[in-house]
Amino acid sequence: MATTLFDKVWDSHVVRHVQDGPDVFFIDRHFIHEVTSPVAFLGLESRGNSVLYPERTFATADHNTPTINQHLPVEDALSANQLNALERNAKKHGISHWGLGDINNGIVHVVGPENGITLPGATIVCGDSHTSTHGAFGAIAFGIGTSEVEMVLSTQCIMQSKPKAMRINVNGKLGLGVTPKDVALYIISKQTTSGATGYFVEYAGDVFENMTMEGRMTVCNLSIEMGARGGMIAPDQKTFDYIAGRAQTPKGADWDKAMEYWKTLSTDEGAEFDAEFNYDAADIEPMITYGTNPGMGMGVTKDIPTAESLKGGVETYRKSLGYMDFHEGDTMIGKKIDFVFLGSCTNGRIEDFRAFCSVVKGRKKADHVTAWLVPGSHKVVDQIREEGLDTIISEAGFVLREPGCSACLAMNDDKIPAGKLSVSTSNRNFEGRQGPGSRTLLASPLVAAASAVEGVVTDPRTILTANANA
Amino acid sequence: MAYDKFEVLTSTAYPLPIENVDTDQIIPARFLKATERVDFDINFFRDWRFNADGTPKADFPLNKDIYAGSKILVGGRNFGSGSSREHAAWSVYDFGLRCVISSAFADIFKNNCLNVGVLPVQVSAEFADKLFAAIEADPKTEIKVDLPNETVTLVATGESESFDINLYKKDNMLNGFDDIDYLKNIEGEITEFAGKRPF
Repeated sequence: MATTLFDKVWDSHVVRHVQDGPDVFFIDRHFIHEVTSPVAFLGLESRGNSVLYPERTFATADHNTPTINQHLPVEDALSANQLNALERNAKKHGISHWGLGDINNGIVHVVGPENGITLPGATIVCGDSHTSTHGAFGAIAFGIGTSEVEMVLSTQCIMQSKPKAMRINVNGKLGLGVTPKDVALYIISKQTTSGATGYFVEYAGDVFENMTMEGRMTVCNLSIEMGARGGMIAPDQKTFDYIAGRAQTPKGADWDKAMEYWKTLSTDEGAEFDAEFNYDAADIEPMITYGTNPGMGMGVTKDIPTAESLKGGVETYRKSLGYMDFHEGDTMIGKKIDFVFLGSCTNGRIEDFRAFCSVVKGRKKADHVTAWLVPGSHKVVDQIREEGLDTIISEAGFVLREPGCSACLAMNDDKIPAGKLSVSTSNRNFEGRQGPGSRTLLASPLVAAASAVEGVVTDPRTILTANANA
Repeated sequence: MAYDKFEVLTSTAYPLPIENVDTDQIIPARFLKATERVDFDINFFRDWRFNADGTPKADFPLNKDIYAGSKILVGGRNFGSGSSREHAAWSVYDFGLRCVISSAFADIFKNNCLNVGVLPVQVSAEFADKLFAAIEADPKTEIKVDLPNETVTLVATGESESFDINLYKKDNMLNGFDDIDYLKNIEGEITEFAGKRPF
């Protein structure tokens, strides 16, 4: 029978199916961080359980960490307490731990792939909804709650009903200035913030085949923003080249054996999906959001839709625009901005910094804009330095910060003040997401860079075209 | 963490007819810094319940005396989207709610609710509208959620709809069990399976 990539990976991890219930689902790799794990460890210990396979769990500190002066003690007592709890719990249970200052430290969804922990055909979970990122490698990866973190610690399994399968095909050639982030925001704007609820998505078509691994990670990362549990892309030579030789990938005979398996990981001809959508790459512009969920996005040159033009939910829509202090029919281009955030598990990798630098090189940050440039990991920082991007960044009037989740969810001190407008390369524009009262416009690193130098929402194609003609 | 078992619940309800209520609203990230499950009731819907100076927003449904003590919340479509933080489900439970009714739930929030003893009841959009209308007409409207029979009923009119829950989760809720009890019981089967994994 013809089966999907998703079926192949899912079915091979079912320990048993519970009659009229979920599957007992085996987890190959488990990431933990300081925010969603402490209560799981408390639960584990109060039941007198131990960690069944400590070598399958990986701890890194990221959500709460400061992005300046990481060599100093963490000032916020509550944050410090969580970071200490992570370290203590990891040590006590024999789990590897990459704390502040560790060369391998960084955002969990950046350091996993960097270190070869993320593998095709694996099942990967973490108490973080953007775990979907790892699907870029042909893994089934998704976010879980703290009760489930405890389940994985104590039994390496969770109880999970199999989601339905959706395929999203995007074919054609992407235009100038259109990045993986724009492809994802475009798909989400079509699907809405809940269109893929109940589904696991496979991305297919030449746009994804031609995309780099980092681009694929950006797309899969945002799967949750249309309600999907996760998204995945079939592994190919690009995938194998990316993972080959990384610290924790299989080596020698183990690699050869794994490759045999990995090469079977694609959807068979004729396999059926519960839902399928096709989009044309030529229809995708650089995107920007204008509302308070990631589904409220549009081409950066477009005007904010009227409530009447949308299906239902008029009151919710008006509440959202009211929060943003925008009006139906407004043009986004030219809106004065206050902050720019480059970073997060969505856009905190080296290619994102290269893209940002391609726009700001030889230009200056607008005086009134505060910009936070936060690499996703120490390895990304090293690469930025190696390529001399740090010089471009500082010459353009920007400052590079230290790795962490930072202003994506503003758990540390990187909070956008109330009322301020931020162009952010992160993943959520929910009310107050970047700090109480903050207003977020989600966009690509190119849009963020162009807006940072112009001081207003800017179509990066104007700058890219000028660069090309220079 | 164990929770009280759930059988039949009859209660008034807080109405929150807003769509796409995300977990950043249910519990903002800055209140996720605890290492124990404490005080999540206080910060439940923090920025919608309270002004920046800490005074309550009088017009927010969770602050209205008329609904006080309700054990049910009726929310708009796509309730609980966004972050996987189980703290959102904890805050629902710790605030004193045992059931959220909506015409659609985000997946992770729904799972988290079931794991902490909050029953997510998915109804049709029409029935959800009916509930909102009934509560608007009479804030003391009682709703009966009957887990054994998988029905939700407007007590005054008897209008009723059935809802889906798989037998396994239903059994857990009825008995206050959780998944770890089940998983630990089949540990031998799990370790045998793990031994065959290629990586």
